[in-house]
Parts: sequence; C-alpha cells; structure tokens
Amino acid sequence: MEGMWYYTAVFFAAVFTNNILLANYLGMCSFLSVAKELKASVGLGIAVTFVMASTTVLNWMVYNFLLEPFGLEYLRFIVFIIVIAAFVQLVEMIIERVSESLYAALGIFLPLITVNCAILGVSLFMVIRDYDLVTSFFFGLGSGLGWFLAIMAMAGILQKLKKARIPKGLEGAGITLIITGIMALAFMGFAGMLMLG
Amino acid sequence: MAKGQVKKTFLKPLGKENPVFVQILGICSTLAVTNKLENTFVMTLGVMFTTTLSNFTLSLLRNYIPSRIRMMVETMVIATYVIIVDIVLRAYYPDIWRQLGPYVGLIITNCIIMGRAEAFALNNTPGLSLIDGLSTGIGYAYVLLVIAFFRELLGTGQIWGIQVLGSWWTNWSIMVMPPGAFFMLAIFIWIVKGAVIKEQ
Repeated sequence: MEGMWYYTAVFFAAVFTNNILLANYLGMCSFLSVAKELKASVGLGIAVTFVMASTTVLNWMVYNFLLEPFGLEYLRFIVFIIVIAAFVQLVEMIIERVSESLYAALGIFLPLITVNCAILGVSLFMVIRDYDLVTSFFFGLGSGLGWFLAIMAMAGILQKLKKARIPKGLEGAGITLIITGIMALAFMGFAGMLMLG
Repeated sequence: MAKGQVKKTFLKPLGKENPVFVQILGICSTLAVTNKLENTFVMTLGVMFTTTLSNFTLSLLRNYIPSRIRMMVETMVIATYVIIVDIVLRAYYPDIWRQLGPYVGLIITNCIIMGRAEAFALNNTPGLSLIDGLSTGIGYAYVLLVIAFFRELLGTGQIWGIQVLGSWWTNWSIMVMPPGAFFMLAIFIWIVKGAVIKEQ
C-alpha cells in the first residue's frame, strides 16, 4: 500500500471520487454564499487549499505527538479548532506584512475560513481513517483542490445562469443545490477509477 | 419576561426564521446525516442539546465575556457540549456514532449554533436564550427528519430500518447517495418558498 502510488491515489480520490464538497457535503455554507462571483471564488479557493493542506499536517502532529500519548483524544475538537484559528490568524499577519497585494486579494477570505467546516472536517477524517503524516498532507491538499474545483465550476455555471429564467421558489439556494446535485452525479462517474476511500 | 415574548421567541425559528430553509445555515449536516432516519434523529438530538445549553451558558456569561474574544469563547463553550455529545454517543450508541463519523464533531462549526449565540444569547436573558436555543434545535430537527424520511423511503424502501414498501418497489439508490441529498433539500426549499410566495 505504501509508496508513491498510494499517495497519488489518496490525492486523486480526495479531488475527484471523494470530493470534500460533493461527496462529503463539507464547506457548503461558504460555497453557497461565495459562489456567486468568480473572482471571489478563486481567492477563497486558493486560501482554503493552502490552509487545509497546512492545518491537516499541523493537526496530525498535534494529535499524534500531544493528544494520543497523554490519552486526551477526546479534546481533539477543541484543540483542532484552536490550531486552525491560530494558524489562520498567523497567516493573516504574515501576509499583511510581506505582501500588500496578496493581502488585498486574500485577506478578507481568511477569517471566513476558520468557520469553514471543511477544514475541521478534513482533520477529523484524517483521524478516523488513521492516515500517516505524508498521506495526511496529500489528503489535505487534494481535498482543498477538490473544493477549489467545485466552487470554480459552480461560479462559472452560476454566471451563465444569471440571465436564465428560474422559478421564483428556486432562486438563490435552491438552484445552486440542484446544480451541485448534478455536479455530484457527474463526479460519481469517477468512482470506478480509483478504489480507495 | 412577558408571556407573549416567550411564545414569539419559541415560534420564530420554527417557521419564519427557520435556520435551515430560510436562513440556509447548517447545510453540511442537513445533507450528510439524512440518509437514515435513525441516524438523523440521534444527530438532531445532539444538535438540540448543544444549541440549547450553549445558548443558555453563553447568556449567563454574556456580561463577563470581553467582546474582542467572544468568538473564541463561543467556540469553546460549544465545543465543550459537543465533546459531551460525542462521548455519550460513543459509549451508548457506538454503531450510530461510527456511521455519523466526523459529523458529530462538526456540530461545532454548524453555523446555526454560532449564529444563535451571536445574534441572540449575547443580548438576551438566560431563560429566553434557553427557549430560543431549544426552538432553533426543533426547527432544525423537523426539517432534517422530513428530508431523512423521504430519502430513506425512496432510497431503501424502509422507514427507521423497517421495510415498508413491498418487493414491487425498486430502490432509488441515488436518494441515499450524495446527489439525492442535494436534490431533496432543493425540492424542500422550493416547496416551502413556493408556499410562502403564494401567501404574500
């Protein structure tokens, strides 16, 4: 199971077959509110991918080096949330110092991420599935990119739909959910490609 | 507190300000746990417990929480109750706990709970916040139970694990898979919004 092939499989499974949004329903809140604009979606997508890959690794270390040796696994919810919040805060401060333009582009998305359930969800999945450090990194990175892909696709479709006539009751969340459902159907087509959960 | 206020606080989240189909919050778990009625029921109890007690606790503490770090305090209080739910489920219902997987822990990031804490508990008395938390939980629960009822029935021909549809029924397995969840919630929102629009 080990080796490059395994990591690649986990990575592609996270992007396509087990897409964090389309198969595990995580990150819906920001997805529903941000997908209206393509530009904002790109910014949020990049921020989510970066934070997800980093916090998964950090949380893996915290869980395996701190919580498990002391038998404190039940504290993982609180600890993971703190790690995520602290990391996001730190990144925000660093970006603000280092690059003015990057801060202008991503700054507003970072606080949103702390409450994005996909970030915490990926860390919890990592614990449940018992991944090792490298696998966790690929899983976090893949999940982030998968989310990025889904929100980009949705933003593109919604832009085309702007002028379409939609039944009154379906406007807004309704139509977005139906499109997401169709996208989830399409992504299920990838399921046969990789047999790894 | 006046009796009318209590009633108003209680009724709002059930209809006009329902967290799921009006405010579109807490969608993650709405979709994820509704493929089996039994799991849904346990999950909604967990959410009800958490919203009620975290609202109550935060309201008790509201005059002592510095406003700069209030988000962090809210998260900590909510997480504490979620840990209780997690431990209880793990001890008494290990099967359901396993099936719910990470979604129990994800109650913490359920925007409904945080939203109620921010919007209600920090500005109202503990008693009223308790009622608000409870009715928000109920407003969330009944929507999920309706969705789970149809998903389980159409997807497996069962209700609460008991076969109700005969052998003539072909299972729509898509209903218990992810796309079914998205479609079902969209249809639910459509119907509710359609009814509301006609009323106006």
